[in-house]
Amino acid sequence: MSAVQAIQSCNEFVIKFANVNGSGSASANELFSRAIMRMGVPVAPRNVFPSNIQGLPTWYEARVSGQGWLGTRGGCDMMVAMNPQTWDRDVAAIDPGGYLFYDSSKAMPRSKFRDDITVLGVPLTAMCNQEYTDARQRQLFKNVMYVGALVALLDMEFDATATLITDRYRGKDKLIDANINALRIGYDYARQHLPCPIGLRVERSDKVGDRIFIDGNSACGLGAVYGGATVAGWYPITPSTSVIEAFSSYCRKYRTDPDNGRGRYAIVQAEDELASIGMVIGAGWNGARAFTATSGPGISLMQEFFGLAYFAEIPAVIFDVQRGSPSTGMPTRTQQSDLLACAYASHGDTRHVLLFPEDAYECFTMGAQAFDLAERLQTPVFVMLDLDIGMNEGLCAPFDWDDERRYDRGKLMSYEDLEAGKNFGRYLDVDGDGIAYRTIPGTHPTKGAYFTRGTTRNAYAKYSETGADYVYNMERLRRKFDTAKSLVPAPVLHNAAQPTRIGAIYYGSTSPAMAEAMALLEAQGVHVNTLRVRGFPFCDDIMQFIADHDYVFVVEQNESAQLRSMLINEGEIDPKRLVRVLHYDGSPITARFISKKIADAVSEHKISPIDQAKRKVAP
Amino acid sequence: MTYLAKPRLLTANAPRNALGYTRRDYEGAISTLCAGCGHDSISAAVVQACYDLDIEPHRVAKLSGIGCSSKTPDYFLGNSHGFNSVHGRMPSVLTGAALANRELIYLGVSGDGDSASIGIGQFAHAMRRGVNMTYIVENNGVYGLTKGQFSATADKGSKSKRGVVNNDSPIDLVALALQLGATFVARSFSGDKEQLVPLIKAALRHCGPAFIDVISPCVTFNNHAGSTRSYDYVREHNEAVNRVEVILPRDKIETTYPPGSLRRIVQHDGSILHLRKLAEDYDPSDRIGALNYLQGRQALGEIVTGLLYVGDGTQDMHGHLNTVDKPLNQLGDAYLCPGAKALEALNASLR
Repeated sequence: MSAVQAIQSCNEFVIKFANVNGSGSASANELFSRAIMRMGVPVAPRNVFPSNIQGLPTWYEARVSGQGWLGTRGGCDMMVAMNPQTWDRDVAAIDPGGYLFYDSSKAMPRSKFRDDITVLGVPLTAMCNQEYTDARQRQLFKNVMYVGALVALLDMEFDATATLITDRYRGKDKLIDANINALRIGYDYARQHLPCPIGLRVERSDKVGDRIFIDGNSACGLGAVYGGATVAGWYPITPSTSVIEAFSSYCRKYRTDPDNGRGRYAIVQAEDELASIGMVIGAGWNGARAFTATSGPGISLMQEFFGLAYFAEIPAVIFDVQRGSPSTGMPTRTQQSDLLACAYASHGDTRHVLLFPEDAYECFTMGAQAFDLAERLQTPVFVMLDLDIGMNEGLCAPFDWDDERRYDRGKLMSYEDLEAGKNFGRYLDVDGDGIAYRTIPGTHPTKGAYFTRGTTRNAYAKYSETGADYVYNMERLRRKFDTAKSLVPAPVLHNAAQPTRIGAIYYGSTSPAMAEAMALLEAQGVHVNTLRVRGFPFCDDIMQFIADHDYVFVVEQNESAQLRSMLINEGEIDPKRLVRVLHYDGSPITARFISKKIADAVSEHKISPIDQAKRKVAP
Repeated sequence: MTYLAKPRLLTANAPRNALGYTRRDYEGAISTLCAGCGHDSISAAVVQACYDLDIEPHRVAKLSGIGCSSKTPDYFLGNSHGFNSVHGRMPSVLTGAALANRELIYLGVSGDGDSASIGIGQFAHAMRRGVNMTYIVENNGVYGLTKGQFSATADKGSKSKRGVVNNDSPIDLVALALQLGATFVARSFSGDKEQLVPLIKAALRHCGPAFIDVISPCVTFNNHAGSTRSYDYVREHNEAVNRVEVILPRDKIETTYPPGSLRRIVQHDGSILHLRKLAEDYDPSDRIGALNYLQGRQALGEIVTGLLYVGDGTQDMHGHLNTVDKPLNQLGDAYLCPGAKALEALNASLR
């Protein structure tokens, strides 16, 4: 080691694992993260994985943060280099003063290392070959062994890690013993041969609290169960597939009739995305709560149906797990790039309700709420998560549910209503909120049936090509969309420590990076009020926030500033007042990126505060 | 054409079915199709079939795609919910509806463009998925609403009204349905009410995907010399393999047919189909034989009609999925929401 000082940090560091896809490393890496969380120290892990099943490089990054920052930090304090194929770039990625952990079974030339990092070699392969004869065991236990070594090197608690193994394999005692044995071998080797602990350390804390550790897609599937979804039509697409897998597994657990083992749900894998949304719309029309999960290309394919559902006013829930698109490869990277494709999806004058969860907790709550909204508003509702929160496990608040809560089935006309002679006009605005009453097929033998069409009908669902009927309908749909403003989740406002005329708007998975960026900026004396958008249509508070600031940064993970465009469009905002902060290389946005962009813009006076008198205030 | 209310004049002594409904109770709005359109005959056959079967109109859900044929559900069963959906996508919408409520009777109406061209994928998958439905294709070999382009079922060598010759091979939806797992496959002719009405009745009583291809000449764009979907052509080339009579479980079972030419098939719901065989060598329980027969006759230029195949309709999509008997759209909160306690246990497992 040269003059560069080895990094010293307790409970604040980034460790990366370079693995080969399909080698069984994922569960070992997860074990590592969970072991740290069991010590009360928050961890934010993320996978970077290729579009294949076996053989290509894959990385797992765990940010350990005693302060609780859950966004990607950037940089790398320690690399666990288990993939010879990516060795050079992995070694190069380590911050000066950082640590390199590697399998030292085979001698490596000196030129393959750096002299400004600490190198920690453990002969994992040799130890495994000595301990195990089976090839698969050699591979799998090598992963557990490096976790054992890391437990020693980072001064983690061996027992906490061993308990996790016991919990995971409860009932399979053989597996427990074998795994703990492998953990022990790695641990002991490191203790005997390496300088334990190194400069990076984990110390027991109480910062995790009662939070849970789960991925957003699973939370969406659970939200759909709690939200009363009974029909799922879907087509496999990364990164949304695990939403359906989770729904399926939670349904087996919670929705199997105890008397006969039959399901209170139906999941159909469709032939394509057109059919999957078609099924959802058919089920919604027929009174079941139905959803699909998809990603960008699926959204593209479903466009025609979204328009039909909008005009025919049929409830539907769509989980859009956003990613880079098209093609194979970038789709395993995250983006927030489907906002416009969803907000104004389809031909004709359409606009749709969007929800933006920030983490798995909101994937659950918004996932369940989406079904109430879809039925209340009789329209498609999009839950806009992304790969970052969808496919990565993360810490979030524990799920909760009020048992007093009842599903809001919206305006349904019942047999009794029809029998009592209530005036039924399928597209008649009787309450002034733009939402008409609907009947479910089979409600009444002689009353309440109607013929569902996209357009071309009057308020009583009778065929009409009359312009006035069309205009009445469009104006009602506009009123309905206005009603939606007060029903979607309200924005979350955070005021800076000092009064400021600078604001920033963000949404979805940007949340953890944003919180950290604001702290970084505050430390530099740059004060920014923030507003997190949680739903579309935008409520008045959002427009008021923009009006209250001289300029507003709009932080997004796409190239074309899609939320900014929507704000300008919907709020008739002067584009000059909304400043783009865009991150779209496929990796999750970082606090460093956001704070630098904003600090640069402020300090270099790239943005001049707008003259108060000239400023147009949004209505 | 804008909506016209149909006069509801009724004579006091109009015949009523077992439910007390007159035929008029099964009708819909006035058709806006061309006078003489074969599709209107099919609508009339649907009305007759539902009346005869004593089906409560509101227990039927009728769904369609886009096209002349897909407009027709508005012209029958006015007391049923209808859904004029997206071009070529009726099967998926109907599948979703059927998932939501397994108790209704699902009638899908489509055309040759809607099912054989843009919607062939959805047609195929609805058949193989075992959706419990009656799927009627009103097949005229032509795009009517866009004025006379060939559809994918048009025969190779047939001529359009403008004299254009179709060079592409036709898709035979009946053969496809047989291959893809439909458990009831029939073909008929809109001009043959005696054959068509019983086929629709049998299909409505069948559990599983029941497909009926109805040759339905387009009087405006495909009823000329050179067309293989004109009234004259179909009448000349029609080769009926059997005639169906549907006997419901409640009826006293009697038959006047001479023995030897009769085949009796009991459907899963207890209804009995009597097939009066016209072609002695035809066996409607043999899927492979049906395909061979169909294609053999087709090579001779004949259009085979009748009930071509009926299989064991004991399991539909809901059976495959093992869903509960109660319709999913009628399950209340208590049956669907696992509640707070289950969530607490789940939270504990995620720490």
